[in-house]
Amino acid sequence: MRTLAEQHAGNRRSRHPAEHPVLETRDLGIRFGGHLAVDRVSCAFARGTLTAIVGPNGAGKTTYFNLISGQLAPTSGRVALFGEDISGLSAPQRARRGIGRAFQLTQLFPRLTVRENVRLAVQSRAGIGLELWSMWNRHVELAEKAEHCLHRVSLADKADRVASTLPHGDQRKLEVAILLALEPEVFMFDEPTAGMSVDEVPVILELIRQIKAQGDKTVLLVEHKMDVVRSLADRIIVLHQGRLVADGDPATVIASPIVQEAYLGIASASPPEHAMTEGAAHG
Amino acid sequence: MSAPVSFLGELLSGDRPRSRVLAVLLVAVLIALAAAPFLFPGTRSLNVAAKVAVFIVLVASYDLLLGYTGIVSFAHTMFFGIGGYGVGIAMGKLGAGWGSLALGVAIALVAATVLAFAIGLLSLRVRAIFFTMITLAVASFFQILASQLSWFTGGEDGLNFKLPPMLLPSTRLFEAPLFGVDVTGRILSYYLVFLCALGLFLVLLRVVNSPFGRVLLAIRENEFRAEALGYRTVVYRSVANCVAALGATCAGVLYALWLRYTGPDTTLSFNIMIDILLMVVIGGMGTLYGAVLGATLFVVAQNYLQDLMKLASDGLAGVPLLPALLHPDRWLLWLGILFILCVYYFPNGIVGRLRKTRT
Ligand SMILES: Nc1ncnc2c1ncn2[C@@H]1O[C@H](COP(=O)(O)OP(=O)(O)OP(=O)(O)O)[C@@H](O)[C@H]1O
Ligand SMILES: [Mg+2]
Repeated sequence: MRTLAEQHAGNRRSRHPAEHPVLETRDLGIRFGGHLAVDRVSCAFARGTLTAIVGPNGAGKTTYFNLISGQLAPTSGRVALFGEDISGLSAPQRARRGIGRAFQLTQLFPRLTVRENVRLAVQSRAGIGLELWSMWNRHVELAEKAEHCLHRVSLADKADRVASTLPHGDQRKLEVAILLALEPEVFMFDEPTAGMSVDEVPVILELIRQIKAQGDKTVLLVEHKMDVVRSLADRIIVLHQGRLVADGDPATVIASPIVQEAYLGIASASPPEHAMTEGAAHG
Repeated sequence: MSAPVSFLGELLSGDRPRSRVLAVLLVAVLIALAAAPFLFPGTRSLNVAAKVAVFIVLVASYDLLLGYTGIVSFAHTMFFGIGGYGVGIAMGKLGAGWGSLALGVAIALVAATVLAFAIGLLSLRVRAIFFTMITLAVASFFQILASQLSWFTGGEDGLNFKLPPMLLPSTRLFEAPLFGVDVTGRILSYYLVFLCALGLFLVLLRVVNSPFGRVLLAIRENEFRAEALGYRTVVYRSVANCVAALGATCAGVLYALWLRYTGPDTTLSFNIMIDILLMVVIGGMGTLYGAVLGATLFVVAQNYLQDLMKLASDGLAGVPLLPALLHPDRWLLWLGILFILCVYYFPNGIVGRLRKTRT
């Protein structure tokens, strides 16, 4: 364990000076009872980059996300957005400042239509939630925005369906459409393609590629599929038992013995002391 | 052709009935209430019509909380009472003028807003169930207050008060009867109640179809997601609580004006709270049209079921057992059975049922 930590520290310092990070976590951690789910993770994310976050099941990836977007309060450390400490802000406040989240476990408004789901995100971005007197379906420009987001995930033809009646893959797409509609500065995708059929995946990957190509957004992507990570990410960080154990460009990190042995589960003659019992993740 | 249609759409805030049967029923209720003094002359039927109109507003404003936002409040009758007592005390102490009426209404509305916002902010932060318990406690306290401060509120007896002369039954507005009915101040009072109720209902319809109304649905559906989208749910729930409280207060004002009386049994009682809950559920939660059907059905059944049973019981005289079962004294039992069947067969209420079998 000690060696892993040392190696990761070396990687991070040498490769990512990150002078003006959009998002930064310092010693960010949370303890559930006696269990450190995220253990003092310090990491900075620069504008226009896509960082993949990998690690075995239970490594703390989703929990790390929850600490950044404010669903959980940390037991240590801080989060900064554009250099400003946002640790004291609630989840809604962080969302309004530009931290957008797509969840691993799909979070929809089940009995509302697909269109209404996206419209609620567009409306939040437009900041008109407390308008009591205008008619919600008369805001034409917002409706067009919602329609556009649905197009981008190729759900436009199902806009009038009730969200809970969609097949799982479409629900995952809707989750992504909601994130798009928020137009955040920081996009946080938590396994966006998990549970999608093979032919649905490229749509989402292309979309993430487009967001990255915009150049001014910051993308954090939790993903188990190594080929996806390799093709999309500028940088990979590896979490293991709540700790940041590797950080660097994709080729180096994927080739590193830590990831090869521990994360990818490639058989080695003598497994490390802290071999991951959960095995090699979903993909 | 499109002009009147879009005017109607505007009036209904784009919330169409989306079921032909429902549209027909709503129009029927509207016509029945609008023409009640002429269609059903008689003190009793006019009382029922006025109560239906008032309860539509009361139930619709409650649905804003229960059906749209997904929170349970037991303080709705308290706000109903604040409206009633506001008018009753002001008119009782200051005289039967329009000025004291306006003052009473204004004080009631301000008091209701402040109280609703305080309850919301204090308790909605924590958990929805905590809010429910607080509303229960505050409403009980209010009931006790109303019965204890009898020098001010009339205690258990409540308050009788006078209306401006124009609204008194002895006033004749026209020399000759209209459609065979004398147009008295009582009928004018009825139209005051009816038109205010109609206006309030349309206002509530606008609120639920506003961007704000959508956020309420979002909170009901998935509070966690709503927060992650940037909506501070405490604020939205508190505002919803205020709007609902204002609706109930206005309904209380109208009811007190109609009865020329306010008291614990007509406004504050928990029996009324349970009636409201039933009306929302029977009509259909999460749609204000449900409030129209729920309130109409409930109030009419409450008032006429006994008569109907008397007819049935007399008609079946000689048949064993049945007349006894249908004896008018058993009306509460049958009302209860009716409700159980309603809830069982229409879990989404009448409107939910009608919209499912869309024509
Ligand atoms: N609310 C919570 N209370 C207690 N323990 C929690 C809670 N949330 C997460 N954990 C624990 O924290 C650890 C990290 O969980 P997390 O969901 O962050 O993992 P993950 O890396 O996202 O895994 P996966 O790849 O399966 O999504 C797990 O051991 C989990 O059981
Ligand atoms: Mg996870």
